[in-house]
Amino acid sequence: KIESLKVTVDFLKVPLGLKKPPLKEALAAVPGPGRPKPLGVERHKPRRSDTMDNESQYSGYSYKSGHSRSSRKHRDRRDRHRSKSRDGSRGDKSVTIQAPGEPLLDNESTRGDERDDNWGETTTVVTGTSEHSISHDDITRITKDMEDSAHLDCSRHLGVSLAGALALLAFLTPLAFMLLPQLLWREELEPCGTPCEGLFISVAFKLLILLLGSWALFFRRPKAFFPRVFVFRALLMVLVFLLVVSYWLFYGVRILDSRDRNYQGVVQYAVSLVDALLFVHYLAVVLLELRQLQPQFTLKAVRSADGASRFYNVGHLSIQRAAVWILENYYHDFPVYNPALLNLPKSVLSKKMSGFKVYSLGEENTTNNSTGQSRAVIAAAARRRDNSHNEYYYEEAEHERRVRKRRARLVVAVEEAFTHIKRLQEEDQKNPREIMDPREAAQAIFASMARAMQKYLRTTKQQPYHTMESILQHLEFCITHDMTPKVRREHGERYLTAGPTIQYHKDRWLAKQWTLVSEEPVTNGLKDGVVFVLKRQDFSLVVSTKKIPFFKLSEEFVDPKSHKFVMRLQSETSV
Amino acid sequence: SFFIFFSFQQRIEIHKLRQGDNLILGFSIGGGIDQDPTQNPFSEDKTDKGIYVTRVTEGGPAEVAGLQIGDKIMQVNGWDMTMVTHDQARKRLTKRNEEVVRLLVTRQSLQKAVQQSMMS
Repeated sequence: KIESLKVTVDFLKVPLGLKKPPLKEALAAVPGPGRPKPLGVERHKPRRSDTMDNESQYSGYSYKSGHSRSSRKHRDRRDRHRSKSRDGSRGDKSVTIQAPGEPLLDNESTRGDERDDNWGETTTVVTGTSEHSISHDDITRITKDMEDSAHLDCSRHLGVSLAGALALLAFLTPLAFMLLPQLLWREELEPCGTPCEGLFISVAFKLLILLLGSWALFFRRPKAFFPRVFVFRALLMVLVFLLVVSYWLFYGVRILDSRDRNYQGVVQYAVSLVDALLFVHYLAVVLLELRQLQPQFTLKAVRSADGASRFYNVGHLSIQRAAVWILENYYHDFPVYNPALLNLPKSVLSKKMSGFKVYSLGEENTTNNSTGQSRAVIAAAARRRDNSHNEYYYEEAEHERRVRKRRARLVVAVEEAFTHIKRLQEEDQKNPREIMDPREAAQAIFASMARAMQKYLRTTKQQPYHTMESILQHLEFCITHDMTPKVRREHGERYLTAGPTIQYHKDRWLAKQWTLVSEEPVTNGLKDGVVFVLKRQDFSLVVSTKKIPFFKLSEEFVDPKSHKFVMRLQSETSV
Repeated sequence: SFFIFFSFQQRIEIHKLRQGDNLILGFSIGGGIDQDPTQNPFSEDKTDKGIYVTRVTEGGPAEVAGLQIGDKIMQVNGWDMTMVTHDQARKRLTKRNEEVVRLLVTRQSLQKAVQQSMMS
């Protein structure tokens, strides 16, 4: 069941992508890798970075012993059967989400694929199907992918234009309804005075409101390509189409053919269409916007590298959309990922390096020996008296102390530096040479606290994140807005602790390319227990869903007069 | 033999001991109409606001006279102690001009006491 398709989904620059593409098409936007990837090989490779893919454990294991071969054969057969019974692309899906303006595939992923392929060539595993054979639905899927990728762009633009045409039609229909009798049988029409004028005005304003509402709702740049939303949008488009068509039908039969004289009736007919369109717009607002607002699920996002986690409340969203939501919040909630802080100090780790050497005597049980050997090594290592935890503790304590000392020095330096600067008052007569703009003022102060700052950053291993330029800009900001050193210190927490990622310079964001890995199709809605992973090169975000429980709130009335108290005394006196 | 859980009255005469400037009896009391009766661990009825003996000093005059922990003091020298405040009880026990106090106490006991009283 678990197969990873690395698919790149482009961020949409076109505002409306309204045509509903079939599920596979949306996901399989691989812009022609050219060579048909032998997916059979992929299945048997341990994937390095894929933590969710337990397939990798299987294949890793298979190199060691023979008994897993049969289990894997069984598993393959099971997988194939399952994938046949379902249509479309299923299983582990990877969708790469990119920020607009980035190249479609960055260098990393293409190189990764090539490396995978080469590595796969050297395996000597034998399974039910041979290495280079591909099962039947692999082939169908590949061909479909390649076909669909060519059509994807066209379909998007097609969808947009279709929606636009429909909207225009719907907009002009009431006007046409009202104008046609005037044009065709003007002389026969009954004169229609004040009621008609009132109706004309109402039509005009309602159409204006409809126009503004549609502009507000639909004409926006979406952040990503969301196939799921198209279900609702397609629904709405169909609804509008049916509405307009049925109105035209009745109009043609009842009014045009019979040349109805009652102009007021015709105008009222047009007004009713406009009302219906407004209600459809209301429906659009509810379906597209409001339904997602009410929180239904709690998402827990955990960063795999250091365990930082956050909880978010979302409404009914598709997995893909929830992923984008999480990413948006990730950049301002999670402290920046600092790989330097994650590793144990080297002095602690070095002791672990020396392991046990295991020699096998004789020729018996060569096939089964490997697992037995590794188990023996692990057990022996565990039993050995290991004092590295002690060293780790002392190392940590020492580091903590050092950081605090440096921090104190930094704080004092900052305070002193700020006492040198004073805002120029209007009445002060100063030599023009002495007057500085914020930038120069920042530079002037910076010198006095540079050393303390640098030492502090080095201790907390943050120095790659703060260039001098950024520090100067921050100082400038503080000075311009008259921040007292205390405020500056609070604001400067970003130096003292690792702040959220978004406040660092754009370089630090380290590419906005993420890969979404999930066991369910990413266009499915969120359900209780869904887990998906957002991966990047060096770490990943594991997101798990939990339904917000149903709260049973009961009411209890407390009479204010019932609050009465007595003294509770418990004296014991000795006599 | 059988078990009866009942209470019987006893008269106890305590001779106060002089300690410095004070005359002490050698036990502690708890309870009173201004106290919380539910906190009393010795009473059978948790609404009983009477005065109970909560502690008896070892070797003190009270122990020598036969007072036991958990006894409810009904009278002190003829003065009723069942409807007094805690402080009133204390005052009645610690009158400076009295060297001997005669207490009427109620004690709860089991089977053995029945046999003893029958035999004595």
